[in-house]
Amino acid sequence: MELIQWARSPWGQSVPTHIAWGLMWVAVIAGLFFMIVHSLYLIVVKPPKRFAERGAVASAAGIPERVPRHSLAARLFHWIMAASMFTLLFTAFLPRVGVQFNWVLYHWIAGCVLTISVLYHIVHASFFLDFWSIWPDKTDLRDAMNRVRKFFGKQAPSPSRFAKYPLENKLYHGVIMLAGLAVIVTGLFMMKRVQTGIFTRNPYLFSDMTWGLMYVLHGLAGVGLIALVMVHVYMGIRPEKLPITKSMIFGWMSRDFYLEEHDTERWAVKGSGTKTKEGYAASDGD
Amino acid sequence: MAVIRDVMPAFELLQPNSAAEAQKLLEQHGEDAWVMAGGLDSFDWLKDRIKKPKVLVDLSGVEELKGIRTTSDGVEIGAMTTLTEVANHPVIQRDYSVLGEAVGLVASPQIRNQGTLGGNVSQDTRCWYYRGGWPCYRAGGNICYADTPVGRNREHAIFGADRCVAVHPSDSAPALIALDAKFVIQSPKGERVVDAEDYFVGPELDITRLNILRPGDLLIAIRIPATWAGAKFYFEKVRDRNVWDFPLMNVASAMKLSGGTIGDIRIAVSAVAPKPMRLKVVEDAVRGKPANAETGKMAGELAVRGAVPLQFNAYKIPLMRNLVKRAIDGAQSSQHAETGSASQLQDRVVPEAAWS
Repeated sequence: MELIQWARSPWGQSVPTHIAWGLMWVAVIAGLFFMIVHSLYLIVVKPPKRFAERGAVASAAGIPERVPRHSLAARLFHWIMAASMFTLLFTAFLPRVGVQFNWVLYHWIAGCVLTISVLYHIVHASFFLDFWSIWPDKTDLRDAMNRVRKFFGKQAPSPSRFAKYPLENKLYHGVIMLAGLAVIVTGLFMMKRVQTGIFTRNPYLFSDMTWGLMYVLHGLAGVGLIALVMVHVYMGIRPEKLPITKSMIFGWMSRDFYLEEHDTERWAVKGSGTKTKEGYAASDGD
Repeated sequence: MAVIRDVMPAFELLQPNSAAEAQKLLEQHGEDAWVMAGGLDSFDWLKDRIKKPKVLVDLSGVEELKGIRTTSDGVEIGAMTTLTEVANHPVIQRDYSVLGEAVGLVASPQIRNQGTLGGNVSQDTRCWYYRGGWPCYRAGGNICYADTPVGRNREHAIFGADRCVAVHPSDSAPALIALDAKFVIQSPKGERVVDAEDYFVGPELDITRLNILRPGDLLIAIRIPATWAGAKFYFEKVRDRNVWDFPLMNVASAMKLSGGTIGDIRIAVSAVAPKPMRLKVVEDAVRGKPANAETGKMAGELAVRGAVPLQFNAYKIPLMRNLVKRAIDGAQSSQHAETGSASQLQDRVVPEAAWS
């Protein structure tokens, strides 16, 4: 199977036009494969408790029963982005499996919603939240190395508890950010090719080759998002992750879960009396 | 690019003798199969080597798909019935003259002798960028060459464009919509019957097809109910030259009058959108009103609401306005409708009055 569909332009050039739509199924299979392998790993291997033992948290008494994790603004962004992302995926790929509807209209409208919500998120996260809380730090990398060593049966110290976000979340955020930005930027240019009422149509803004590469990048990022969203939903409904999912609905997680999973120094609850390490976030429901 | 070559690409020629056998072959070969009725659209594609099917299913030997049969509720026309036969059939001329008139204006006598009714409604669009083999949306690409600031789009759509701006070229389609015809389709899941207007699809639903036929489907017949038999009809086709030309626009109407008042009406136009358009808004607006110039004018104004012209086809707006107007107030006095004689037809060759 060719990964890209090619065509001959009026000027005789061989130009890319789309990804091969079979990649859609490759993404679906990849997502399913991850789910199955991950589930089997947890069922069969039963990995032991992940974290190093720690002493009593001196200020645990000051930690509220409900630890604020996501503000209302952050939660609204997440769910609006999720709704637009699902709309984009369904409108993009359902017609490919024979479900016919006026998909372009809903697709570009959902794309605009996603673009606006992501712009909001960039400003919100950069200036009103702890920007660095979602990026891997030295502790994450060191712990990741230790976890890999232990996985292969080598001696290594147990990893420390997470900051606000586990490394997996941070890596996922990085990948979906790249895929999301790719579809948004290419999608905005592609709106110049269709009738939207927002832009004047101009399919000659770029050369056929540039347009073709843009469509291919849009397609590759799009099918990548199929697998990424599948994995995200799977993780969101796993029993051990439900407290995190619930916190994206209600805004808080329980003190027990917080103490079990999170390092009170790397992610301290505001007003709990726990001192936040320099460079780490305090929980204020951001 | 499209270069007419004398030798067609190689394909396997299959010539079934029955509709069931044809449908089975289409189902068996799926997207590799090409259905050929009269061959007038097919040979263009094949000789230009733009479409290269692996299998060609030639329906010319399927006798059961030919002929016009009267039924208890109108007539049933086999999909392989030639346009000449339709135009000259006495029942069509007497009761459904709008169809006879429409097919009598298709292309040229030679083409009408070879072309079929099923082929006429199922033919592909005439957009020359598409037929020239350019990688446009309809050809699976990602651009419409006609809808650009410099695209040659005089014949293209003023309604229903969605990335692709090509129009449906059929003359018989609006007449069949006006007659409330039903299209009978044999598919792998059995037979299904759809309204004429639902047979056609626009690019918003499927940009690579003009009709609902999927691989494995076969249009076997068109049924015209007696509901509109003997109604007041009007058909007008505007084209660049007198014969052998596709419509710049055409209009068909069927009207039931009661003392000069429009009791019921169906009206459709083609070559203004990617699929033939039934003008339901116009029908609703004129129902119960007198069939006169004033109503016609109002109908014309209503018909063009929402039209979006391209660079070179703004003339289609006044053209459509006037054709719809004439379809309302001209139906009463239409000699063709009164006589139903296809031989007396006078087609309109881009009359200035039509768009001014």
